[in-house]
Amino acid sequence: MSAALALDDVAIRFGGVQAVDGVTFTVDQGDFVGLIGPNGAGKTTLIRIIAGLLRPDRGRVRLSDIDVTGDATAARVRRGLALTHQIVRPFREMTVLDNVVLGAGYRCTSNPFRAMMHVERSRENERAAHILGQVGLSGTEGKLAGSLPLGQMKRLEVARALAVDPRVILLDEPLAGLNHTEASKQVETIGEVHAQGITVVLVEHNLEEVMRICRRLIVLNNGRVIGDGEPREVMADPVVHDAYVGGGMVTHAEG
Amino acid sequence: MSAYDVSIVSIIGINVILAVSLNMISGFCGQISLGHGAFFGAGAYAAALTMVGSGSVPLAIVAALIAGSVLGIIVGFASLRVRTDFLAVTTIGVNFLFVGFVRKQTWLGGEMGVSGIPATGLGAAGNMAMILLFAAATIALSFYISRSWMGFAFRAVGEDEGAAATLGINAGAYKLAAFGIGTALAGLAGGLYAFFTQFITPDAFDFIFSVMLMAMVVIGGIGSTWGVVVAAVGLTLLPEAIRFVNDYRLLVFGGLLVLVIRLAPGGLATLMQNLLLRTRRS
Repeated sequence: MSAALALDDVAIRFGGVQAVDGVTFTVDQGDFVGLIGPNGAGKTTLIRIIAGLLRPDRGRVRLSDIDVTGDATAARVRRGLALTHQIVRPFREMTVLDNVVLGAGYRCTSNPFRAMMHVERSRENERAAHILGQVGLSGTEGKLAGSLPLGQMKRLEVARALAVDPRVILLDEPLAGLNHTEASKQVETIGEVHAQGITVVLVEHNLEEVMRICRRLIVLNNGRVIGDGEPREVMADPVVHDAYVGGGMVTHAEG
Repeated sequence: MSAYDVSIVSIIGINVILAVSLNMISGFCGQISLGHGAFFGAGAYAAALTMVGSGSVPLAIVAALIAGSVLGIIVGFASLRVRTDFLAVTTIGVNFLFVGFVRKQTWLGGEMGVSGIPATGLGAAGNMAMILLFAAATIALSFYISRSWMGFAFRAVGEDEGAAATLGINAGAYKLAAFGIGTALAGLAGGLYAFFTQFITPDAFDFIFSVMLMAMVVIGGIGSTWGVVVAAVGLTLLPEAIRFVNDYRLLVFGGLLVLVIRLAPGGLATLMQNLLLRTRRS
């Protein structure tokens, strides 16, 4: 299996804090990986490095074996990476449909001159409507994106990410802020995304859901990978357990 | 048509080109520029010098387009670094720099400007027709861009650059394109202005003029081509029709600007739209 996403000794330092300290891992095409860790472990920083919002001090980021370390976000998206934001960022003034159409038209928007030569968007409209159906947002096409409730906005983020035909999709806390029903619907949608053959990397605090849906867990702590493997085995590892629950708690439990 | 009518219509045409081109930068792509007068001036000087040197109208028009867009793309690079209010302040600085620079250049005529620009040979009415033709072309281009994927991507960049990037849109390239196209048209307007007056001074391109252009865009409805055209025509005619407005031009325009921002942020375009919706419903 080829690597969809590979990090090689990635590190970044902010002032006196080594936020990410030599992270190396490879995600195979078609895998479903959960990236977890306690607060301050460096998850968000790592996500920002993968997304191209931060440039690491050292190390390489590869997408499908192509080095993208020096590329900006837009260029990485064109190499098959899609991402959703933890805090939803739809284009509020546009309709729900247009939010997705814009993503579906990524071939037309590759540069301004190409974009200027293209007007027709019926094909992209159809594709966007299809994707909205997939994530369960049929019927909201004509609404302004800013008027949707949070649960639907979170799904709109997923729909937009799907619109760019990604090979790898990076989901930054897609369940945060959702109630139980909304969260389980969202999990179902993510499962369907994976079933289409798209590689999923999920950053999530909701451990219960992560354990249920991920095939592999990567655990970060203090900017390092402290656990990597099958979810149940990883969580059974005392090092991981300590990082999550704290050493003191474990002793108490044993005593 | 009297000579007065011809000159008023010519000025309206030039202001329409300026307001519509500023709307492409600030309305479509969300990059607030308060220095549009500088690009207008760059085009005017380029056309004036070309006319003095060669007397060729087509060459002067090309020179005006190029001068406007070259300066515009340089300022566009600033938009990659500074955003929103800071970009607005930077463009104000560019406008002051432009006027201050031109004033001190003997080869540009200094304070006295460039006079004795050769006539185009089309006559006043011919010039007016040419200006109206270019104004119509500018409006058509604006509508086309708004409908194209370029306009679509502009709106995304204007609303949220980060979110646009996650859809594979290179925000920087689009901002440069907006500046390049908008300022080339401002340069064109400058060239037409030089043909029309045959005499230019630095004062015509100052910051106050840039603010008037932004007032036309905001009052018309930022982002709406029709609204901006109507506002450009109206605000050019108003000082001619009402003596008081001419005497207190800045006061009236400033007051209108405040009223629109406070009461109808969408400008004339949104007001009309709401009115239409209401009449259709009743």
